[in-house]
Amino acid sequence: MADVHLPSTLKPLFDGLPRRVDVDAATVADALAELDRRWPGLQDRLCHPGPQLRTHIHVYVDGERGDLATPVGERSRLDVIAAISGG
Amino acid sequence: MAKPVLLVGTRKGLFLLESDGDRRDWTMRGPLCDGWPIYNAILDEDGTLFATAASEWHGAGVWRSRDLGETWEFSSEGIAYPEGSDLKVNKVSGLAAADGRLLVGAENIGLFESRDGGQTFSLVSTLDGASGRDTWNDPSMQAPGHLGLSAIFPDPGDEQKIRVIVQGNSIFDTDDGGKTWTPRNRGLRREWPAPPDPEVGFCVHKLAPSPVDEQRWFQQNHVGTWRSDDGGANWIEITEGLPSQFGFACAAHAHDRDTFYTTVLDPLHTRTMPNGECAVWRTRDAGGSWQKLTKGLPQRDAHLGVLREGMVADREDDFGLYFGTSTGQIFASIDEGDSWSQIADFLPSISSVRVATVA
Repeated sequence: MADVHLPSTLKPLFDGLPRRVDVDAATVADALAELDRRWPGLQDRLCHPGPQLRTHIHVYVDGERGDLATPVGERSRLDVIAAISGG
Repeated sequence: MAKPVLLVGTRKGLFLLESDGDRRDWTMRGPLCDGWPIYNAILDEDGTLFATAASEWHGAGVWRSRDLGETWEFSSEGIAYPEGSDLKVNKVSGLAAADGRLLVGAENIGLFESRDGGQTFSLVSTLDGASGRDTWNDPSMQAPGHLGLSAIFPDPGDEQKIRVIVQGNSIFDTDDGGKTWTPRNRGLRREWPAPPDPEVGFCVHKLAPSPVDEQRWFQQNHVGTWRSDDGGANWIEITEGLPSQFGFACAAHAHDRDTFYTTVLDPLHTRTMPNGECAVWRTRDAGGSWQKLTKGLPQRDAHLGVLREGMVADREDDFGLYFGTSTGQIFASIDEGDSWSQIADFLPSISSVRVATVA
């Protein structure tokens, strides 16, 4: 099971969505599809149609910047980040 | 007693200002909609609040509340272009409701509708075939902060008829439910090269129809102020007497077809009120002359901007007029603009001010 960490900005949109979710997935795209199955509409908040990651949504698999095609291992940590800049 | 409520869309959520009825004391709630950037908000005839929103992180959609802002739900279901389309929904801004239907305008440019109270949406039109359509979704042809289909005017009682503004391009009308679109810019002026079809290529910021005469419309645009006496078929320039031709927000008088208000701005980078003097400009003779209204408004070092949806009039007998600034103040007048009071401060940058009446 991959350990998926989600941004807090998603929580108000989906009832019962925790910050951490265990997901069986071979890739980042699979993981997001599984999350979308459990919380319909969640993938749309992270991806443009296509799908393609939204511009300011970054994913990291085991600490390395990834994309939708990046493989996810059995014990991977997948961080989904709502990227912030400026100040 | 009926109570007016101001719906204030900001860069950091929706705020509600509620009055006890006399419109002198206001209480504020917010930020609502989880602090998402809000471009417009309305209260429909069934008492549901809707707000168009676009997050840099999570995309665009519509928030709705059936309990006057206590609880909120978000939906973007159906606000998307068909699979394989090269169009992408970056933002939703335009918002209107009529005859049980909610209408939403998007960038890239399209018109969506909901017939189930904002739970799901479907595409009405991408304005295919409208003049200029081939270029207006090209990012290189757009100004920063492009709103796309920025305003929607349904014709209550005839859902086939809709008027829209395509930002930086044109007013368009459809009378066949969105299959075909006709530009309505005759009489407007531009200060840039005309596109191949000179009927379009105008920068229309805001339309203000008179509530008492369906033929009378006012318009504030990039290079002047106009009125129409024939429902928008022809436009007559009324800029003379104003200190700047550039402005965004304007409003029509609730009961007098000849009275109209605008807030002109310096046109360059500042886009704030000229000379740091906060003023609303009023005509009582359909643009023949203008009065500068300043009583109660800051007259020194007040570098305030007002965006296109930032001004509104209510429909009370002694009607109220309201505007919100890009620096977070809201000003109100209940004497037709003769005097003003500041009813809010320190809000995030204000995108829209709408007014509704609740029991």
